Amino acid sequence: MFYRTSGQFKTTYESDQALFPIKQDMVLLVVILAVMYVIFPMFASEFTYKALLVPVLIYSLASLGLNILTGYAGQLSLGTAGFMGVGAYACYKITTIFPEVNIIIALFLSGFFSAAVGVAFGLPSLRIKGFYLAIATLASQFFLVWLFEKWAWLYNYNSSGAIEVRTMDIFGLVVTGPNASPMVQYYFVLGIVSVVTLAVINLTRGRYGRTWKAVRDMDIAAELVGINLMRAKLSAFAVSSYIVGIAGALMVFFWKGAAEPNLFDIPMSFQIVFIAIIGGLGSVMGNFLGAILILALPVVLSLLPELLGLSIGSATMEHVNVMVVGSLIIMFLIVEPHGLARFWALIREKLIIWPFPH
Amino acid sequence: METLYTVFVDPFVQMFEVPDFFLQVLWEGLVSGVLYALIALGFVLIFKSSRIFNFAQGIMVVFAALSLVSLHTFLVPFVGNEFVAAAIAMPLTLGIMYALAMSVERVVLRPLIGQPDIILFMATIGITMFLIGFGEFVFGGENKVMITEALGIPTGAIEFEPFGGFLLLEEKDVFAVVMAIVLVISLLVFLNKSAMGRAIRALGDDHTAALSVGISLSTIWVLVWFIAGVIALATGIVWGARAGVSFALEVIAYKALPVLMLGGLESVSGAIIGGITIGILEKVFEIYWGQPLFGGNTETWFAFIFALIVLLFRPQGLFGEKIIERV
Repeated sequence: MFYRTSGQFKTTYESDQALFPIKQDMVLLVVILAVMYVIFPMFASEFTYKALLVPVLIYSLASLGLNILTGYAGQLSLGTAGFMGVGAYACYKITTIFPEVNIIIALFLSGFFSAAVGVAFGLPSLRIKGFYLAIATLASQFFLVWLFEKWAWLYNYNSSGAIEVRTMDIFGLVVTGPNASPMVQYYFVLGIVSVVTLAVINLTRGRYGRTWKAVRDMDIAAELVGINLMRAKLSAFAVSSYIVGIAGALMVFFWKGAAEPNLFDIPMSFQIVFIAIIGGLGSVMGNFLGAILILALPVVLSLLPELLGLSIGSATMEHVNVMVVGSLIIMFLIVEPHGLARFWALIREKLIIWPFPH
Repeated sequence: METLYTVFVDPFVQMFEVPDFFLQVLWEGLVSGVLYALIALGFVLIFKSSRIFNFAQGIMVVFAALSLVSLHTFLVPFVGNEFVAAAIAMPLTLGIMYALAMSVERVVLRPLIGQPDIILFMATIGITMFLIGFGEFVFGGENKVMITEALGIPTGAIEFEPFGGFLLLEEKDVFAVVMAIVLVISLLVFLNKSAMGRAIRALGDDHTAALSVGISLSTIWVLVWFIAGVIALATGIVWGARAGVSFALEVIAYKALPVLMLGGLESVSGAIIGGITIGILEKVFEIYWGQPLFGGNTETWFAFIFALIVLLFRPQGLFGEKIIERV
């Protein structure tokens, strides 16, 4: 119906492999971007920015980074939050040592630190596979959080042991710190997420993306057809940790405003793994769908009893919340193990051939 | 030079100069190692028979212990006797663990048969979250005291005086070690001698072949999850007697992961040897290297890094099945 492809003929190989082979996809994207850039800021309140929009974007970005490693290169990682922490602490140190550096430059520089740490902890992946590797990535998780706590230089010898973001501006516009307006922060995060997402889409379509997919599907076969396994796996670790590190820095600088080491503890790692899996491994769009679901669900669930006129204690609500999220995760895995992205792909296929069943 | 001395000489000098303290450290390490081994054992059983990496083992420990304690407090006013209440609560808790095994198999595992490993792993994390929420909802989130005396666990302490020093063994720790040994031996006998145990091992070797000779997949899965539940209950009792029963116990599940890495995911003996090795080494490292050099609390990561280093030399763990890959 909406997705009628008749009349859109592909005459060259390039046009068949283009970013948007079907015109309607581009229209849909423009609509989504218009909603994100124009419609939302017109109506959103401060609460919406802080509780929904900014977190969804940041978690999507982190999940996108994880998806490169797990979904595209097939290396299951449970240490995402630790790498986010590296990005955040690196950005904090850069902005304190060089206070005059632009925050955008500091952000993109801090990604390199988490990429380096990611490559170091990715080295075992050359020998260890599957669940053994997944547990090995937990080593980085626990070690890094411990390091954030014990290495006082990282948090400038604060007595609280936490890092706090000072007020910073870009060309006179305040973007971080307590005085920054949520809308400015939202636009900033949205801009960075858009740029990184575009880069990732093109990266996964190109030479590196195809190499990673070959390694994911069977690494020995990939090696036999001449792919350098070491370069493929380590580049996946590097790119993934780079993006995850930026997401961590964004989280502290543009959302939380301050961070303690246990922010980057293991529950956040699992949350991001959930987003990537519920959204769909090996897909870019899935990360956004997964983040919307996983982050919006608790907010909606906590509002639900009020709407129904029930009064439940907040502690009880918290417990029921965890319970419901757990069962919904199981339900989603049973209904569609390939995630929400696959769900959308099925709907799109149906729309293309509609009204015919096949 | 100073640092080299504190790394390579000082710890060993201390070990020899105060041997009774060293023995005490070893004993503490051994006890926690035995508990890590018990949790790892639950993982191994489920992994062997179904290739499911059961992350929920840790929360099953908490859940079993909480059920036992809550049932006991609930029953005492009715029966009037601590010991009788414990005697009734025990089989009831086992019943709960069986019901849990049944429902996990029926609701979660059966629809997911044949899915990739990572999906099943995620599903067990889903189970973990559900059990955390459910447990806090039913039993409340506050700490509880394990019913050590009603269960007849000794609470005294045994003192030794080796090398003219002083060594203190708590009786409940001795009980924990003895119980772990009994549990492991009976489990090994069950796996190797009984028909059910052989069926479990057959499933572990090859699902399709086991099915074709008439072994029921769902029966065995329920059985395996129930055995894992029994192990969880045992772990919950002895660990609860040491540290109280609360949801904080769940973190010991993370301690079992490096044990699994070290011992190999499929090996029962690997879980035990790995558990004891890691328990002892992490205590010794914490006392003699961690506290003077790194400011302490190294127990959170030492086991992982140690297992990681071992894995670089043996990618399938010390006793795991050799990974053979073909294109």
